[in-house]
Amino acid sequence: MSGRIAFLLRRLGHAVVMVVGIAVLTFFVLHLIPGDLAEYMAAQGGGGDAAYVADLRARFGLDQPLWLQFFTFLSSLIRLDLGYSFRDNLPVIDVIMTRLPATLLLMSISIAFAFIVGALLGAISAMRVHRLTDAIISFLAVLGYATPLFWLGLLMIYLFTVKLGWLPSSGMRTIGRPAAGWDAAADVARHVVMPALTLALFYMAVFVRLMRASMLEIATLDFVRTARAKGMSELRVYFGHIIGNAMLPMVTMLGVQISTILGGSVVVETVFGWPGLGRLTYDALVARDVNLLLGILFLSSVLVIVTNLLVDLLYSMLDPRIEVAGS
Amino acid sequence: MPARPWRRFSGLFSLVVLGAIVLVGLLAPVLYPAGPWPNVGDPLIAPFTSRLVPLGTDTLGRDVAAELVHGARVSLIIGIVATAAALLIGVTIGAIAGYARGWVDDVLMRFTELFQAVPSFILLIVLVVLLGPSIVTIIIGIAVVSWPPVARLVRGEFLSLSNREFVQSCLLIGVSPARIVFLEILPNCAAPIIVTGSIMVASAILLEAGLSFLGLGDPNVISWGAMVATGRPLLRSATWLSVIPGLAILLTVLAINLFGEALTEALGARRRA
Amino acid sequence: MSDALLDLAQVSVRLPPDADRAFAIADVSLRVHPDEIVCVVGESGSGKSMLANAVIRLLPPTVTMTGAVRLGGRDLAQLPEAAMRAIRGAEIGMVFQEPMAALNPIQTIGRQVGEVLRLHAGLSARARRDAMLAALTQVRLRDPLRASRSYPHQLSGGERQRAMIAMALALKPRLLIADEPTTALDVTTQAQILQLIRELQAQNQMGVLFITHDFGVVAEIADRVVVMQNGHLVEEGPVAAVINAPKHPYTQSLIAAVPKLRPAPGVPTQRSDDIILRVAHVTKSYRSAAGILRGKPTPGLDDVSVALMKGASLGIVGESGSGKSTLARCIVRLMQPDAGSMRLHDLEYASLSGRAMRRQIQRIQMVFQDTSGSLNPRKKVGDLVGQGLMVRGTRRHEAWRRAEELLAMVRLDPKAAHRYPHEFSGGQRQRIALARALAVEPEILVADEPVSALDVSVQAQVLALLADLRAKLGLSLIFITHDLRVAANVCDLVAVMQNGKVVESGETARVFANPAHPYTQALLDSIPGRDWNAAPH
Repeated sequence: MSGRIAFLLRRLGHAVVMVVGIAVLTFFVLHLIPGDLAEYMAAQGGGGDAAYVADLRARFGLDQPLWLQFFTFLSSLIRLDLGYSFRDNLPVIDVIMTRLPATLLLMSISIAFAFIVGALLGAISAMRVHRLTDAIISFLAVLGYATPLFWLGLLMIYLFTVKLGWLPSSGMRTIGRPAAGWDAAADVARHVVMPALTLALFYMAVFVRLMRASMLEIATLDFVRTARAKGMSELRVYFGHIIGNAMLPMVTMLGVQISTILGGSVVVETVFGWPGLGRLTYDALVARDVNLLLGILFLSSVLVIVTNLLVDLLYSMLDPRIEVAGS
Repeated sequence: MPARPWRRFSGLFSLVVLGAIVLVGLLAPVLYPAGPWPNVGDPLIAPFTSRLVPLGTDTLGRDVAAELVHGARVSLIIGIVATAAALLIGVTIGAIAGYARGWVDDVLMRFTELFQAVPSFILLIVLVVLLGPSIVTIIIGIAVVSWPPVARLVRGEFLSLSNREFVQSCLLIGVSPARIVFLEILPNCAAPIIVTGSIMVASAILLEAGLSFLGLGDPNVISWGAMVATGRPLLRSATWLSVIPGLAILLTVLAINLFGEALTEALGARRRA
Repeated sequence: MSDALLDLAQVSVRLPPDADRAFAIADVSLRVHPDEIVCVVGESGSGKSMLANAVIRLLPPTVTMTGAVRLGGRDLAQLPEAAMRAIRGAEIGMVFQEPMAALNPIQTIGRQVGEVLRLHAGLSARARRDAMLAALTQVRLRDPLRASRSYPHQLSGGERQRAMIAMALALKPRLLIADEPTTALDVTTQAQILQLIRELQAQNQMGVLFITHDFGVVAEIADRVVVMQNGHLVEEGPVAAVINAPKHPYTQSLIAAVPKLRPAPGVPTQRSDDIILRVAHVTKSYRSAAGILRGKPTPGLDDVSVALMKGASLGIVGESGSGKSTLARCIVRLMQPDAGSMRLHDLEYASLSGRAMRRQIQRIQMVFQDTSGSLNPRKKVGDLVGQGLMVRGTRRHEAWRRAEELLAMVRLDPKAAHRYPHEFSGGQRQRIALARALAVEPEILVADEPVSALDVSVQAQVLALLADLRAKLGLSLIFITHDLRVAANVCDLVAVMQNGKVVESGETARVFANPAHPYTQALLDSIPGRDWNAAPH
């Protein structure tokens, strides 16, 4: 087990380096603003008197040398002090933390759905390759991959809320409902179905295509021939040998997709009024609240890095070829 | 995708659709010389009811067809230019990393990983907000978030190709490293780069549509995403205002993706031959 | 002679219409008896692998098979698929060529061997485990328990192949089909596996159908031989008769092409005593790459010294992991040694760098093993051969003229200059690579396993060409190989490498006749069929 712990520590170290890198990137982006930073931020926030601007300048240490500014910036980040959102009149970190759970809920449901259904459909497509089932699934995947998320969301609202009246079109809860218990859970579930489905549909296409390609490639490898020479039926060959190996690139893709899905959640949460980070991003961009935007940028990157760490760990448990002990 | 006839059909179909869209985009100033802005009639005329405005009008009485056509121009320009820029950045970084190896490769790959850890769309939003939304800044933003996959691809190709014996034998007969990179290795990975590039145009169009839907499009032009956003509050009463531009996006991106797949087949077949 | 265990009668496999010939195998009839090893020998394209697949009925869906394949009376060709599945693994066991690829990389050996037991025998879990360990013990794995818990990448090549054999023989089938099972293994490992197969065959009283391209292997283990050419069975008979007195002209030509271990002295080569290349105390070590696939670590070099006389040919022999390829790459400076000196005439070039190195580099050229990888697929042959000249400023049409001369010198049609590499066969591509290397007029040619990937008849042609060029151009040659027969015929001097060190060196004839080092002796003892065809008649 110590080998695995060493592996975890190494990946953890790597993750820390990445987080520092994100901080550098964020700092760099912050200084992209043409002109004076403090005046810009004050202006975006709806104007401010000279005292406010001076306060901003002091807060960001803009009259200090660049490296010192970065150091101050970094130390604030470590303390999770991401600045102040003047839109909400609250510290950025607080604003983000209240919204994070909703996004986590939406994302986990979406990713799980996209991955599982994607793998299933991709496998079916590969096992029925070049036949009608494959053609239909592959075409739907290509179609799904081309559909703009926001448009898909609107269409779903039109179908399920306007026309059929089955599902609520926005928010996470119905006003006036109890906040806890089974009733509340069911209420949230009804609200999460459409946004989760919308978010999932696009990324499911990626998983379908990958699983199909992966399985088709593995089916050409020698050990599949060995399995048949042992007297295995086609179905057992698929389940016993092919699918297992085909899942490995799927897990890798999972890590990559988390970053993309977070981006997609901005549009989906906006369309469905889902009270998560994505919706917050929209509000922040409308208000040109730079502090909040950068805070979201930083924290969402950290979220991606953390989940990637978990995915790496999962992968190392599935593929015995990964060097876990030592370097 | 299954058998050859479908492949040929989809390739042809996508080529035709793409050709039509590009043509329409190019001819926008000819088809609608006054641009998409002028009020041409009553607001909210339904599509397919009037010969003057075949796709109806929006809340301000603007011709939806005109908006669509001019929007095509915007989407295509942004898509193509941003992709070209992303390819330039990505190929350069990937080639250097894959050929030089060692610490250069390590540093460049960490840098690439960094960009891939940040959610692309969120970074894009931040960049466009900070630089102010305009076609130029949107192109820059999309290029900045789209280059990492290209860099990874090119690096992988360079790593494997520079290990191949034909490159090593070039070193032995005295070919300079620069010539090796440009004349030996690069032509051999042209095919995957081209295919990736074509798919990236589709992603760029989707990114731009998302931006303009959220209100971060260039305020001086009308783009398809913005059209969907305008139609959103009227989803119940004037559904076509959201559906039509979205359909345009879908069709364009679909055609590009199918074209990319057909291209993969064609180039792959030639490589094997 | 007992009744035939396996009886193939007029078996043909028809290929789809777009293939380069109509039949993969045509009208093949042969018998395997319950206690003999029958070797099917042929070059690439002979259809020998297709024959093996036809017996076990694992043919690609695009081909059609006709004829009868009788196993103990039952015609396998007529059986429904479910019945055939019951036979595969239980009555017929099959072993393939490349054990790393033929094993599932994410399952343990024990699980994969146990799988064949699970499929056919109705045993309890405990009985299965015991049977699985018994199978692994039977193939003489050193630590069967540890092997059963290991993943394929954690075992050596020989251990993996033993595991494959255990899997094939777990249910004690009556027939074992082995499709080139030792081709991908080192020569010492190959000797062990061949011996294992022979012992198991005797122990289990099985019939063995052994596919190979190597007549040495045939001499080593076959009871009877079947020779195939282009899908046809051209000769068959008891092994002694066929390999010592072949009747069919094709068989005769194949056997004649096998290099003899103790060749006739032949024409003395133009060799002086001047040392043209001196490699002294060269060392190179590698950091082990922590990659995803833990393959063999790249071997290093440990205090290696060799010398090459002008006009002579020096063979570097060893198994995989010996460091011979590393040495070759250091000599041509594709890699730089960590320590030591390399002198070409008086020029010390081990630590030359950049432009100075590039100026000198064409005096030593290299030809590689992989014929498809060594030529840029997108360039015409003329450009490839003339590239060395064009880089130095020769005009294109002048370079092409020279290229055509060189192509003629390597016995290719000069018009080949206008075609692309993929239009040529492996042997022809190797000639093109030779022409390309010779274009810059090197003094030394380093050939890294140049004929290992070629059929034996093509191999003989390329080696003859090499000898001819050496004589004509006064080339000095360094020849890397694992095949001692080839080394015996091509090299005046030989250096034997093991684990990065040179363990023995000297005149080839002397070293092979009286090896001083035990490893050299072990290598020589491992050559399959070493007593057959050892000297010219």
